Amino acid sequence: MSTLTAPQRSMSPQPRASTLTGTGYLLRFTLRRSRVRLTVWAVSLAVFCVYYVVGVAAVYPNAADRQNRAAVMSSPGSVIMGGPGYGLEDYTIGAMFANEMAIWLIVLLATMNILMTTRNTRAEEATGRSELVRALPIGRHAASVAAFLVVVIADAIFVVLGSLLLVSLGDLAVADSVALLTGVMLTALVFAGVTTVTCQLTVHGRAASGLAFAALGASILIRGVGDIQEQHGSWLSWVSPVAWTQQMRPYVDLRLWPLGLSVVAVLVMLSLGAFLSTRRDLGGSLLHTRAGRAHATPALASPLALAFRQQRSALLWWFVGCVMMFAPLGVFLGGDAENILNSIADQNSLTAKIFGDDPLAAFFALMLLHCALAVAVFSIASVLRVKPEEDEGRLGLGLSRSASRSTVLLAQLAVAGFGAVLLLFGGGALALWGGARASGGEADLVTLLQGAGAFALGIAVLITFTAALFAWVPKLTALSWVLFGVVVVDSFFGGLFELPAAVSRISPFWWVGDFPTTPLEPSHMIGLGAVAVLLLSLAVAGFRRRDLTAG
Amino acid sequence: MTENPIEIVDLHKSFGAVKALDGLNLVVRTGEVAGFLGPNGAGKSTTIRVLLGLQRASSGTARLFGGDVWRDAVALHRRLSYVPGDVSLWPNLTGGEAIDYLTRLHRGSTDPAALKSRKAALLESFELDPTKKARTYSKGNRQKVALVAAFLVDPELYIFDEPTSGLDPLMEAVFTDHVRQVKAAGKAVLLSSHILSEVEKLCDTVTIIRSGRTVESGTIAELRHLTHTSVSALVAHDPSGLARRAGIHDFTSSRAGNMTQVGFSVDNTKMNDVMTALTGLGLHSLTATPPSVEELFMRHYGGTSNNISNGRRGAEVVGR
Repeated sequence: MSTLTAPQRSMSPQPRASTLTGTGYLLRFTLRRSRVRLTVWAVSLAVFCVYYVVGVAAVYPNAADRQNRAAVMSSPGSVIMGGPGYGLEDYTIGAMFANEMAIWLIVLLATMNILMTTRNTRAEEATGRSELVRALPIGRHAASVAAFLVVVIADAIFVVLGSLLLVSLGDLAVADSVALLTGVMLTALVFAGVTTVTCQLTVHGRAASGLAFAALGASILIRGVGDIQEQHGSWLSWVSPVAWTQQMRPYVDLRLWPLGLSVVAVLVMLSLGAFLSTRRDLGGSLLHTRAGRAHATPALASPLALAFRQQRSALLWWFVGCVMMFAPLGVFLGGDAENILNSIADQNSLTAKIFGDDPLAAFFALMLLHCALAVAVFSIASVLRVKPEEDEGRLGLGLSRSASRSTVLLAQLAVAGFGAVLLLFGGGALALWGGARASGGEADLVTLLQGAGAFALGIAVLITFTAALFAWVPKLTALSWVLFGVVVVDSFFGGLFELPAAVSRISPFWWVGDFPTTPLEPSHMIGLGAVAVLLLSLAVAGFRRRDLTAG
Repeated sequence: MTENPIEIVDLHKSFGAVKALDGLNLVVRTGEVAGFLGPNGAGKSTTIRVLLGLQRASSGTARLFGGDVWRDAVALHRRLSYVPGDVSLWPNLTGGEAIDYLTRLHRGSTDPAALKSRKAALLESFELDPTKKARTYSKGNRQKVALVAAFLVDPELYIFDEPTSGLDPLMEAVFTDHVRQVKAAGKAVLLSSHILSEVEKLCDTVTIIRSGRTVESGTIAELRHLTHTSVSALVAHDPSGLARRAGIHDFTSSRAGNMTQVGFSVDNTKMNDVMTALTGLGLHSLTATPPSVEELFMRHYGGTSNNISNGRRGAEVVGR
């Protein structure tokens, strides 16, 4: 009897133990651990907002200029990349900001939330660190709740700082600015909630964030299709959490109730996550794994085979995603696409400038750019997978056998390069061409393949740059994402804001240009190839000479 | 073949200001099982990483079979097998796949059928289920995967870095058995371990390091000689003079009827003098216990390197 009562007695002087015990402690710990990461994200996003507003005000100083822009924004391509088109009839700076930037802010903030959430929950669990924590008097849900509160705090910093900057420097209305950014935050939090759920489904942080990103991508696509169907969105748009922010009509005719949808969705997702987490064991998942093979297939005999084996499913999903994204966009080119694009281009001088003499070519250039940016994300992430391999000692295990360092590194890069080529040519160029053919449109396959090839050279520079960082300064591999950020900013806003040439030229994609609108410059292509070869030799030389961190 | 499998002379390795290795010496000869001991953080794993060419020595020489461990790493690795103390496996591969992958990297010329039957035999002796994904393995099972992969190839040298951590005693015995077999086949083994009974059972020679420096090396018999023997005796006369003798430590005495029971430990080098003295006191009975290997190492782990080289004992004598 006494053995049964003893633990209870010892518990009694303590405060009520719940599944949330220790949340505050974990929250402080996580905030401390990710303070730099959080600050960089939140502050750069807030600055990005005001940079856009100030820049746009300079580029479109009067209403007539902005109306030209509004005309561009009503084309389907712009609707997909922008918003439902509120305020196009009187396109103020605010309306412009809400219509064109809200989606980017949502994507970026949601990306931060997804990465942050998996990093602080599932990834901790996969490495076994959370086992240490959970053995302490810490509640079952404390880690998940603390991780969620961390992103709430980071998002709130963005909202407060962003609103202050928009109102003071951007000269925008207070209520609309706060409401819009709060909407962005709540939509982004919906995806943090989605991540909390996906973290219960899979064992790996990577798979959990992959599922959440898929949900984000689907939401963007659904919202785009819905908004194309009908101006200001059809019922389909409302299925997507992205619409719940855009439909607030900020700076036009503000309404707050769509925020409620996000709040409800967040609560539903968190409850679902909490419920699912009680259905599984620590370190386990709801999706069970079967027994595997006792012997490896004969092909698994080299570092290259292993690297491919580890990434093949990720690559497959990326490929499916690209095809699903670009084939429908190709379909859009069917039939009278050229007429539509021409009529948009004819509307006024500015759109004519954007679309040039050949609107179809401009559309291709835009699509190839989007594809190349997605492939850049895949490629950098693919190269960086070598880092945990090293840190957790698996690279050393392979190297303790007869695998040379160059073989191991080149294997990793070969998989990244192969994936990039497959996605660019197969998931981008061929998918666009196939879609166009299916709807009876005109698309020149050779032109598309040439464009994909040019971007492949740009991506080769990104891949080898990342590899060189890994080889020489493994602690600074995050710089490859900074370079990617430069590529994004230059690609989308470089022309708009007239970035200094010195900055633009850092971006490998600047050298690719906007083919097929302007022809490819052979010297640029050779230059990109030469830089890639140089960086590759640097990477191999560096990796051959440095100490491994673990093994 | 004249070159020793492992030969390390005056090896230094610093990480910034931290000196991980500070003049380490280590030799492993063919057909020899060499114990490699030292407290946590003494530099055992760093030494092994340098040997494997994963980290580069700051100065000194480290040679495997006479070859440069950094420059000739790939060729040298064909002749050795390595098991780390904390095995990390590819999460989406099964244990069986990881074993096959590691074996194939060796590019040995063994015929596949023989390899397969040897794999089956090893899996059975280590009681490992090869169909499970690596992420579901416990620490002990991950260790078994690396051990099977190591014994499956037939190299000239085995490097084990705390190979049995996480294994149950039964599996430890299986490991011991396999090491004896490879030793019988004339292979060299470097065994870094904290399990002293394992070291005592398997090793011909022992190298003890502290703070990146070799403090002792030799056969276990030689090391024993450097230390002391515990003596307990029953004597007729007053033994108080003994306590002041050189070479006697931890002296205790108590009356036992009309005799005196004494207990002390004695430096092995002073054994003869002390025995003569004891006989002079009217010796009735005597038990002498040689130092256990455990005591031997505890002394080296706990004391400073100066104490040891002077042959003096630290204050903290560790009992059984």
